[in-house]
Amino acid sequence: MLLELDDVHKSFRDSETRVPVLQGVSFTLAAGQTLALTGESGSGKSTLLHIASGLEQPDQGRVLLSGTDLTRLNDRARASLRRSEIALVFQQFNLIPSLTVAANIGFQARLAGRADQDHIGRIVTALGLSDQMTKYPEALSGGQQQRVAIARALAAKPKLLLADEPTGNLDEGTAEGVLDQMMHLVAATGAALLIVTHSRLIAGRMDRQLHLSRGRLT
Amino acid sequence: MTRACLSALMSHWRRNPVQIFAYLAGLALATALWSGVQAINAEARASYDAAETTLGEAQFDRLVSRQGASIDQDTYLALRRAGWQVSPVIEGRLGAVRVVGIDPITSPTGFGALDAGGPLPLDFTGPAQLFANAQTARDLPDDVTVTLTPDIASGVALGDVGIVQRLLGRDDLSYLTVAPMQPMGRPDLATVAPTLRLQPAQQGASVAQLTDSFHLNLTAFGLLSFAVGLFIVHSTIGLAFEQRRPMIRTLRSLGVPLNTLVTLITAEMLGLAAIGALIGIVLGYLIAAVLLPDVAATLRGLYGAEISGTLQLRAEWWLSGLAIAVLGTAAALAGRLWQIARMPLLASARPRAWVMASGARLRVQALGATALLIAALALSLFGQGLMAGFALLGCLLIGAALLLPVLFNWALAHLQTLAKGPVWGWFWADTRQQLPTLSLALMALLLAVSANIGVSTMVSSFRTTFVAFLDQRLAPELFVQVDDAAQSARLEAFLTQNKAEILPLLSTKAQIAGQPTDLYGVRVGQTYRDNWQFLGATPAPWDAVQAGTAVIVNEQLARRADLWVGDSVQISPDLDLPIAAVVGDYGNPHGQVVLSEDLFRTLHPDLAPLQFGIRTDDTDQLRAQITAALGIPDSAMINQAAIKAMSLAVFDRTFTVTAALNVLTLLVAGFAILMTLLTLADLRLPQLAPVWALGLTRRTLGRCELLRAVALAALVFLCAIPLGLALAWVLLTIINTQAFGWKLPMYLFPADYLKLGLYALMAALLAALWPATRLMRTRPSTLLKVFANEA
Ligand SMILES: Nc1ncnc2c1ncn2[C@@H]1O[C@H](COP(=O)(O)OP(=O)(O)OP(=O)(O)O)[C@@H](O)[C@H]1O
Ligand SMILES: [Mg+2]
Repeated sequence: MLLELDDVHKSFRDSETRVPVLQGVSFTLAAGQTLALTGESGSGKSTLLHIASGLEQPDQGRVLLSGTDLTRLNDRARASLRRSEIALVFQQFNLIPSLTVAANIGFQARLAGRADQDHIGRIVTALGLSDQMTKYPEALSGGQQQRVAIARALAAKPKLLLADEPTGNLDEGTAEGVLDQMMHLVAATGAALLIVTHSRLIAGRMDRQLHLSRGRLT
Repeated sequence: MTRACLSALMSHWRRNPVQIFAYLAGLALATALWSGVQAINAEARASYDAAETTLGEAQFDRLVSRQGASIDQDTYLALRRAGWQVSPVIEGRLGAVRVVGIDPITSPTGFGALDAGGPLPLDFTGPAQLFANAQTARDLPDDVTVTLTPDIASGVALGDVGIVQRLLGRDDLSYLTVAPMQPMGRPDLATVAPTLRLQPAQQGASVAQLTDSFHLNLTAFGLLSFAVGLFIVHSTIGLAFEQRRPMIRTLRSLGVPLNTLVTLITAEMLGLAAIGALIGIVLGYLIAAVLLPDVAATLRGLYGAEISGTLQLRAEWWLSGLAIAVLGTAAALAGRLWQIARMPLLASARPRAWVMASGARLRVQALGATALLIAALALSLFGQGLMAGFALLGCLLIGAALLLPVLFNWALAHLQTLAKGPVWGWFWADTRQQLPTLSLALMALLLAVSANIGVSTMVSSFRTTFVAFLDQRLAPELFVQVDDAAQSARLEAFLTQNKAEILPLLSTKAQIAGQPTDLYGVRVGQTYRDNWQFLGATPAPWDAVQAGTAVIVNEQLARRADLWVGDSVQISPDLDLPIAAVVGDYGNPHGQVVLSEDLFRTLHPDLAPLQFGIRTDDTDQLRAQITAALGIPDSAMINQAAIKAMSLAVFDRTFTVTAALNVLTLLVAGFAILMTLLTLADLRLPQLAPVWALGLTRRTLGRCELLRAVALAALVFLCAIPLGLALAWVLLTIINTQAFGWKLPMYLFPADYLKLGLYALMAALLAALWPATRLMRTRPSTLLKVFANEA
């Protein structure tokens, strides 16, 4: 199993009281599988994604990536796994402001030591970013920034692709194209895809769907 | 509404305590160094003024004894009877206090004239008493009646000549002041008082003028620190405005009028500025109080100027400190308020737009820098006078500071293309992006480091030259000072008998080539030939001097009177002699002319040498013999080694102040870096979070921040070396020549620069340490918020 979450709990301190967000979440995701995560705003979807990527530690429970428990690793080891195995697309501010679009897209692939120019070129064309390569992120629209972040994630050929509402800023046509590229990566490299979305349409194209409500999956 | 708006505006500071600290601390530091220096200057000037008014007789000609001894009462009375308008003065010491006795009725200084606008209205008609300020009064013996008079210079007590004579237990006079108006047809001095000679008033070179350059120096340091402090203020104001933009937008959309907002913000910022400045004034007072004793020692050592050792809170410096701080803030504020006034109601906050370097701005900056540097070059080629020298310094420093970000932008872009691997590429790109916000702090560091290099090069070059000069001039192993002609003759006879090589020194004051000058008569011999080194000379200068056909002048006189080897100077009304050599002279700022002993004796037959240099192998034995045989006290003799040690001690103390100011400017620059990094920390998170999410640990990022600070400081240091050396060159060849009359050779001290470079790196590292540790400890959830929140 590529990714396995086992009885994950997480709560946040809100002044004095602790607000529980995740209360015993468990699921598995195999290589080559796609999974949609839905839930109302504030239900904890982003939090779950952050925990799955090792960016945040759960209060309780285990997160296994290819059998390794992320919660038992130190900061450095988790960072190293992130560099080589995982790619993330966030809701906002994915890009490094001091680097050009081209440098942003190649950044993670080079970090992982897998920069494949042909592969990157294909993704850039497919996502319609060819004209933006020399610009800096601040000169892009929200949707363009989102696509650059997705291009960066795909360029790194990760084993696990985690995306937090990657199409939130996109029109339907562009969203379709972006989703096609993600599915293409899964088909070609056997990666696993976990996508957070509000869109029924997108959720419907995934192998499985999970719904997060009151801290539990249904 | 006002109160609600104000509390909304102030809430920003509550959420960003570091920013308000930076703002207040920047202002406090700026004001502290500025007002500290001003306090010292004000204190010194007040002391000079008091000295001039108290001892106003310096502006009158004097009659002094030809033998350098005192004058007896009868000579004075004889002159008065012959119609000479002279007034008696007696000077002496009571412990640490210099006591001056004058005759209020005849004194041309006007002390007696209570109503006629005399310098100090002193009532001499009272019972036996002295006039002194409170501090001096404490140093006087208890049995002396003192009338407290705050305006009298410190260390001086004034009284009636009769009273002072009684206090000192003497019945003679020190000198006579000559009133400017004298009756026609009075008899010649030679017939009435053949033992006296007329000494012209010290013209021009008053203490205040001599020390001006020193104070200018201090002021320049004060201004430099002030500029650095204002850098901090400027960047804090910029940041505070940028971060409060959304709030201001909201307030305006809620219906708060623009005028109200602008007024409130102005009041808020200026109010805070006043608080910062007041803290600074208190700090400045403390700095001045700590430095004043060293400044006093410096001025005494260099110029013989006495200043009082205690500091007074004078309105002229603390008010100027407050005013300049508030004005500086207002200037920084004006631009920002203008932006608010023009801000479209719905414009979004773009913190990163503020951060990004704009190419246009860099181009303007490069142009300005080039213009200033060209102006500096022109000034160095064609400038005249001290003010031109300081203008040159200003153009050079500001031009270089403006050029720094331009150079850095270019260098960092270059490093980015050279970088191997994504992390290094990002590191340099990120550094470059930080440049606009960091550049003020970097400029401050550049100015501080190059000022350090420049000033320490000057001081060390001066020291090297000065030590060599002492070796040349202090060749004799023993120096003896005698009181009068009789003693002088006995000493010479004794020494000749003992076959010691004697170097008698005859001296008097004269006005030569329009400059106040010390005239010396020396016995030309092997010692002079072997030791003196000249800046310019004819083939055999000493032969010509010995023959009485030429003179040697010192560099100060040569430069001031625009003379050099081969030119003639008028030594006496009917004697013109060519200059055989010009000698470097770093002991005092006065002009000097050196003649042969014989020529001097012909010109001044009544003067006897009162100083002797003696070559001997056994100084201790000779000292003992002289005391035993002639009764000359041991205190009138000094060994060569002791003089050298004393001179170097004076010299070293002289520059303690400069060294202290150097360290302070470096500290302020380090503080500027710290404050910039701290206030920027929040802006940095959105820039760092993506890199972190992609797999760089917070520890790595923190190390990058440290490395960046060190790398930038290293680049600054590289730029500071040429700038500092240029500064040293200007100080040595232009400022020194104008201020003191000597041009010093420039020596390089690479080890010192290297040490300074290390200090600069350390300062940057220390400044970055706290922000970097804070970054390493940032909680992941804080970083993750970046990806979820609308900015
Ligand atoms: N660092 C934090 N500190 C305190 N509370 C937090 C923190 N991060 C998230 N929360 C809270 O946890 C809950 C879940 O947040 P999360 O961002 O996971 O929701 P979400 O499902 O992604 O919502 P959305 O669909 O709006 O993106 C929210 O109530 C949020 O306020
Ligand atoms: Mg979310």
